Amino acid sequence: MLHIVNKSPAERNTLESCLRVAAPGGAILLIEDAVYAATRGNAAEAQLRDALSRFKVYALAPDLDARGMGDRIMEGVATVDYGGFVDLVTEHKNCQSWL
Amino acid sequence: MLIAVTINEGPYQHQASDSAYLFCKAALEKGHEIRRVFFYNDGVNNASSLTEPPLDDRNIVSRWSKLAEEHKLDLVVCVAAALRRGIRDENLAAGFRISGLGQLVEAGIEADRLVTFGD
Amino acid sequence: MSEGTVKKFMFVNRKAPYGTVYALEALEVVLITAAFDQDVSLVFMDDGVFQLKKGQQTKGIENKNFSPTYRALDGYDIEKLYVEEEALAARGLTEEDLLVDVTVMSRAELGKLMDEMDVVLSF
Repeated sequence: MLHIVNKSPAERNTLESCLRVAAPGGAILLIEDAVYAATRGNAAEAQLRDALSRFKVYALAPDLDARGMGDRIMEGVATVDYGGFVDLVTEHKNCQSWL
Repeated sequence: MLIAVTINEGPYQHQASDSAYLFCKAALEKGHEIRRVFFYNDGVNNASSLTEPPLDDRNIVSRWSKLAEEHKLDLVVCVAAALRRGIRDENLAAGFRISGLGQLVEAGIEADRLVTFGD
Repeated sequence: MSEGTVKKFMFVNRKAPYGTVYALEALEVVLITAAFDQDVSLVFMDDGVFQLKKGQQTKGIENKNFSPTYRALDGYDIEKLYVEEEALAARGLTEEDLLVDVTVMSRAELGKLMDEMDVVLSF
């Protein structure tokens, strides 16, 4: 299953909820303000790093770049463009946007 | 693949409509079919023909209209949500139509994937 | 085309009522989905569990109290209501505080159930 998260971990508990509930083996795509979660030195870094053993984690590159964070992506998180976003949706059996 | 999209936030205030638009564009470029884009909650404001952004900003509404025209997209605005927010046929942008919530459920049933963009 | 197809729809409610419109508008989609004879599940987690709190009195905020609708879901054959155990505990609530019968689930059970769905809508 693909989990899509769009909130900064410093503003809302969305990523935390997703990581708490999502079944291991799925993928997590960080878009919009959620891309801050995948940057080095942010407060949620340890939490996300811990999740890398259970999930494949992706961040949307255009959202990182727009926020000037393109060079801060943490190790283990892959970046995708909108085409990659589409591929993640089609490759997984179902998806959920954690709104 | 048959993909449906739902948008729950209005334009400009939130990135949801931008993300959904770029997602749809990428999906179409990859040869997928967009079954329907359904506008719900404040998302109905994406259909207002009265929208007039400054010239140096993107025009979110007309961008949807253009994409719909080019790819024969079905842009559906939820009637109950639209009436609550003053969106009616008189101020509905080109390419959009107003219909019931059943259109969202039907899209969920018919499409292989339903992707939601919102707050 | 969709005639006869039954998909598993899950509605994930993570937001409290009244502060925003999401809970109410989610409920409207739930009712329509049931009218299409689909397999409907509702999940309440995070602040979404507040939607089911007993004793809502909305007169003072001049808003419609839509909480009785949760009790009417049964009449639409919507019986799969799941509440995350930890979300209740973290808000000082127990099952007795809720206005409908629900199945309380651990986060692991909930995650597994989510994986089995065809369509997941989050409000």
